[in-house]
Amino acid sequence: MTFRPGVVRAAVFAALFSVAGAASAVTEITWWHSMTGALNNKVDQIAQKFNASQSDFKVVPVYKGQYDESMAAAIAAYRGGNPPQIVQVFEVGTATMMAAKGAVKPVYQLMKEQNEPFNPKGFLGAVYGYYADTHGNLISMPFNSSTQVLYINEDAFKKAGLDPTKPPTTWPDLEKDAEKLKAAGVSCPFTTGWQSWVQLESFSAWHNVPFATLENGFGGLGTRLEFNGPVQVMHIGNLGKWAKEGLFVYKGRKDEPLASFNSGECAMITTSSGSYANIKANAKFAWRVGTLPYYPSVKGAPQNTIIGGATLWVLNQKDKNMYKGIAKFFTFLSSPEVQEDWHESTGYVPITLAAYDLAKTKGLYEQRPGFDIAIKELTNKPPTANSKGLRFGNFVQIRNIIDEELEGVWSGQKTAKQALDEAVKRGNEQLERFQKANQ
Amino acid sequence: MEKRVVFRSSWLPYALVAPQMAITLVFFFWPASQALFQSLLLQDAFAAKTQFVWFDNFRDLFNDPRYLASFRTTAVFSALVTVLGLSISLLLAVFADRVVRGARIYKTLLIWPYAVATAVAAILFVFLLNPTLGVVTHFLRAIGIDWNYLLNPTQAMILVVVAAVWKQISYNFLFFLAGLQAIPRSLVEAAAIDGAGPSRRFWTIVFPLLSPTTFFLMVVNVVYAFFDTFAIIDASTGGGPVQATTILVFKVYQDGTQALDLNSSAAQSVILMAIVVALSVIQFRYVERKVQY
Repeated sequence: MTFRPGVVRAAVFAALFSVAGAASAVTEITWWHSMTGALNNKVDQIAQKFNASQSDFKVVPVYKGQYDESMAAAIAAYRGGNPPQIVQVFEVGTATMMAAKGAVKPVYQLMKEQNEPFNPKGFLGAVYGYYADTHGNLISMPFNSSTQVLYINEDAFKKAGLDPTKPPTTWPDLEKDAEKLKAAGVSCPFTTGWQSWVQLESFSAWHNVPFATLENGFGGLGTRLEFNGPVQVMHIGNLGKWAKEGLFVYKGRKDEPLASFNSGECAMITTSSGSYANIKANAKFAWRVGTLPYYPSVKGAPQNTIIGGATLWVLNQKDKNMYKGIAKFFTFLSSPEVQEDWHESTGYVPITLAAYDLAKTKGLYEQRPGFDIAIKELTNKPPTANSKGLRFGNFVQIRNIIDEELEGVWSGQKTAKQALDEAVKRGNEQLERFQKANQ
Repeated sequence: MEKRVVFRSSWLPYALVAPQMAITLVFFFWPASQALFQSLLLQDAFAAKTQFVWFDNFRDLFNDPRYLASFRTTAVFSALVTVLGLSISLLLAVFADRVVRGARIYKTLLIWPYAVATAVAAILFVFLLNPTLGVVTHFLRAIGIDWNYLLNPTQAMILVVVAAVWKQISYNFLFFLAGLQAIPRSLVEAAAIDGAGPSRRFWTIVFPLLSPTTFFLMVVNVVYAFFDTFAIIDASTGGGPVQATTILVFKVYQDGTQALDLNSSAAQSVILMAIVVALSVIQFRYVERKVQY
């Protein structure tokens, strides 16, 4: 092993510098996040604005890799006794974070202790419900939330003789449109991003059927999956049939399918509303946002969709002075101006009603047609036990299992019923393991 | 005949091996013992609650038919990576050894891929073979092959094997080339004078003399295929379609670092370690006998 003198010098300098930094009066609050590109710039901007607004605290945002990476890093840091103050965790990690009672400082408690004004009723129901405990107390701070919408390529619709101003609103309509698109020579009429999230998780909420027992996991660790019901089996069966007919083309488990829509290959895609900015920047054709399709044959549909995205978690701190700064920062963060700006520049939904109203008065939705479809889906009806969200331990593994089993259907190896039964069985093994580890 | 170096001082030899011992203890024995201990526990992600569950983690694994299936996947993957990696690089080394003009350029180009990180190598092949945008896909379609590794298990396996082999060729090539250059010219020339053709010269003289290198590389490549390839899987197929490319080490990585189930991950890594130790013992006991030093 060789040491380069330059590196050593830099390390010594950095060490000295950080000691000097700690000695000054400003308390630093470290915020680990997973926002890249334009989103990263926006996060920095929010922190700068907060830092400029007062002089006691300094929020320092640090990009810590993708969602799973930053979460793993935060947990490792906690286990090592030196956690960051705030960490952004994706919705999949919610149950894991919530189960860690001693490690996390619940937001409602933090705001109460620090006497910060905090109005839980100001948040959208679908956002608030996802991150509240069984008593209705908010555990983590909502930050970036999105939901599922349909995007269509208007040029392709015109070419197929379809009305480009009318995206299909139901799955049977989508099938008909896909057939026409295929007949017009479109090689990929329909695809989907985040298949588990869109075609099963939110699909179940949108049709008001349970995804799992005990209120989709909100009722406790004893929850077990049950997304192998008739409605889900019908839908996955249809998608499998469309895959065989070339109407639905599988393009990957996560966000990869978006590239096929942006390139013009796929004419329709169901994916995150947060893809708005990405499509706007990359699509070289006319496009339009539509609501997530539903089956009119299912009673009560459409209900409301569920969210994805991430929230900010406060990790327990030895230095209690930190809490004051974090609470002040959260108050700043949830102000209508900050939220509206975040919504406008990123495409995530406004998480407070005040921010939504502000966007409306600014005329944002006249300028950008379809930009409010996501929030309309989320607020379509008051959330039910089937549609307020999902809370599972080992959710990362469960999503992987669902992805694997769905691939079995798309490739024709399994029927929808076989695949969903198997996914439920395998997923429940993960839930049992999580229950055992956290009881 | 054994060569021996005798130290006069009684402490000097220990002092000289001490740094190596310290590194091995800190970076190998300590984490390995931690993994052994972790594999017997059941913890939540934050380690707030810890239960000692004896061999429950192992029992759960062996009761899972999918975990057992991934042994087969791993065997196929490792065998393909090792055999293809060794034969292609041997072929390249033999050719590069013969080149007279511009030898250095060929060698440099062949060694280049070694500087590429494993995950980057995978992304490179994903770009080339992407079902929608890939350049190679375009040509495959033109000759009538419906290339879509997202749904075709065999094609997914081909993709990860190609990426893993490509990454490892440089390393193998370097050692083979050095091995070839260490073979005395006089032996090969003598055989040539006796009338042995190039192919016969290779199989009866060069290949046997190269056997220590081949053996060493075989051990290294098996270890590489078992341990270092999770980044390739993670960046390309994610273990799919279904579980066609879920090899053991990828599941260790996924369960441990992405899904934060450290205990099951530790149990899997203990099993993996046992397999590789067993394989190495077999290789040293049986294959090494055929090696001529």
